Amino acid sequence: MLRIENLKKSYRLPEGGDIPILDIPSFQIGAGEQVVLIGESGGGKTTLLHAIAGILSINSGSIHLDGIETTRLSEQGRDRVRAAKLGYVFQTFNLLSGFTALENVRLGMTFGSGKHDLNRAKDLLNRVGLGERMNYKPSALSVGQQQRVAVARALANRPKLLLADEPTANIDPTNQQMIIDLIRTCCSDENIALLMVTHSMQVAGQFPRVNRLEEVNHVAKATSKPVGV
Amino acid sequence: MNLFAIAFRNIVQRGFASILTTTSMALGVALVVMVLSIGWLVTESFDRNSNVGYNLIVGSKGGALQLALNTVFYLSKPIETIPYDEYLELIPGKEGRKNEIERIGGRVEDPERAGIFSAYTADGGFAIPICMGDYYGPFRVVGTTSEFFDKLRHGRAGDQEYKFASGRNFEDCSKENGFFEAVLGSQAAKTMNKKVGDILQTTHGDPDGTGHGEEFKIVGILEPTGTPNDRAAFINIEGFYLLENHARVAPDLFRPDEKKVQVDRKSGLDQPARLPLEKRDVSAVLVKTSQGIYAINMTWSINKRNTQAVSPIEEIGKLLQVFVTPFRNVLLILTVLVCVVSAVSILVSIYNSMNERKRDIAVMRALGARRDVILYIVLIESLMIAFGGGILGWLLGHTVGVVGSGYIEENTGLQVGMFNTISIQELVVIPGLIVLAVLAGIIPAIAAYRTDVSRNLAS
Ligand SMILES: Nc1ncnc2c1ncn2[C@@H]1O[C@H](COP(=O)(O)OP(=O)(O)OP(=O)(O)O)[C@@H](O)[C@H]1O
Ligand SMILES: [Mg+2]
Repeated sequence: MLRIENLKKSYRLPEGGDIPILDIPSFQIGAGEQVVLIGESGGGKTTLLHAIAGILSINSGSIHLDGIETTRLSEQGRDRVRAAKLGYVFQTFNLLSGFTALENVRLGMTFGSGKHDLNRAKDLLNRVGLGERMNYKPSALSVGQQQRVAVARALANRPKLLLADEPTANIDPTNQQMIIDLIRTCCSDENIALLMVTHSMQVAGQFPRVNRLEEVNHVAKATSKPVGV
Repeated sequence: MNLFAIAFRNIVQRGFASILTTTSMALGVALVVMVLSIGWLVTESFDRNSNVGYNLIVGSKGGALQLALNTVFYLSKPIETIPYDEYLELIPGKEGRKNEIERIGGRVEDPERAGIFSAYTADGGFAIPICMGDYYGPFRVVGTTSEFFDKLRHGRAGDQEYKFASGRNFEDCSKENGFFEAVLGSQAAKTMNKKVGDILQTTHGDPDGTGHGEEFKIVGILEPTGTPNDRAAFINIEGFYLLENHARVAPDLFRPDEKKVQVDRKSGLDQPARLPLEKRDVSAVLVKTSQGIYAINMTWSINKRNTQAVSPIEEIGKLLQVFVTPFRNVLLILTVLVCVVSAVSILVSIYNSMNERKRDIAVMRALGARRDVILYIVLIESLMIAFGGGILGWLLGHTVGVVGSGYIEENTGLQVGMFNTISIQELVVIPGLIVLAVLAGIIPAIAAYRTDVSRNLAS
């Protein structure tokens, strides 16, 4: 499903010099597999997810997504793959505030070539328990409800891989478990592979496979605070 | 969701800022429409009057423009007069002068000969005397003959007859009112609140002058023409001459009295006495030559006499050149500035919103939106604001015209409808303005296009 080889990413500092962030010789996720990624803050987890999503250019290496080597594609090509095969749930919910819950979910299938399926959008909102609040704007929803909308949106385009970056970091413990369950059942229902970043050992413990970024990332002694010398 | 729905949501999302931008665009366009409508009004009223129905004005020597202003527009200070004898020379046909002399009676040189210019005006031409100097309320009083309304034409093509909304033209000497009949222009009648059968008394010299005692019976009210004649009162020239102070006292220096002979009135002996020829002056004579080309020759000959001939079209044209064209140019510059300001306001509004929207844009990119799709969404937003504001402003501008149409018609005689003032300029400028506003959206659209997804998603 996802295959990463020799991925290298470094940031150029404004005052000159590069800080290497990622150096991953090999990393793979199988179809429908659910993986949790943990690691130090500032270690590069978000950077890795952005690289997989193709919204961040990498220095070298290759990323294969569902058989497509996205690192060889043009930016437009990566956009197309992202629209078709990826779902993304962010830490802060990143719902568009001007759009209703339903519209936010529909946006999830607006940019791909797949068909625009209004029923699926409604279906998903029902599944995340927001069937009654489809026409609410995000500001009228609780934090947990907003994240449920974000999950529904990430699934709208029937992705092959769902990337979730600390989806429960801002949510109280009860809702936290509900969101995790929701994501996991939806993914297994539709055979969607899942790569979730979390800082919660309690969450990580529920997953069959847990990877520490530092295990796969061989960057020369990744410092959590490279700047501020 | 299609891109239009997304763009519309974004506009709604910005709420008050969007309303302000749309309003500024609408006001800009409305202003432009009004400016252009004023331009239309000015040009139209000049165009209407450029075809006055005669091709020469014969009057006293002096400023040609003043003669034209006085005669065509009833503006400017009263002018010097010329003797009636000059009018006699212009009457059409060999017998024209002689007949007129016998009709009026009085002392005149060589009464038997034909008028010097009678050949030029014969066969379809005319010469119509007008006398000015009196006022009726704020309106100029024009003493003239019934030919004024029979022979003159108005309108752009110069083919519209003067029609009476009520009543009739005055007669040289009617059974009921003798020489004392009057006709009112539409606006004069409205303002003075007079109808057919009412009495009109003129004041001498200026609107506040003392009144003449004689009463004229209003026998006709003209339909609106959009010409200065809407704002004038017309009285029978014979009645005019009988008013106090309207007979000439000074001798005619160019025609010594000793050369004049007395001719007695031959027609209308049953009628009251008329002012004799030697005591008559006219302010101007409106002349139409039977062939346009004669006017050149005639002007040349007349200017060698103690009078002058001017071409009304030429003088109006000069006026247009001197006053109206620069005025319109200034309006046009203003218009362009308004356009630029509106476009910039759209630019500023959308651009200002870009900062708050970077995250939204990054999210849409993360959902798979291509860069160019983001560009289109922002462009569509400016398109919607530009079109929405543009159409709103366009309607608003014309509505103002319609609301003010009563006042405008009162003052210019021109009817302003919702869309009849649309000029070529407007058809170019308004769409141009909308295009400009859309173009202004390109700058924020490019900023949106360039938004760094990864950086704006990191929280
Ligand atoms: N645009 C950038 N330019 C320079 N350095 C950056 C940029 N974005 C991120 N970094 C650096 O890259 C490193 C990795 O960041 P990243 O956000 O991937 O960490 P993370 O593992 O997701 O941390 P956290 O658990 O706190 O979310 C950090 O040290 C960060 O300062
Ligand atoms: Mg992170």
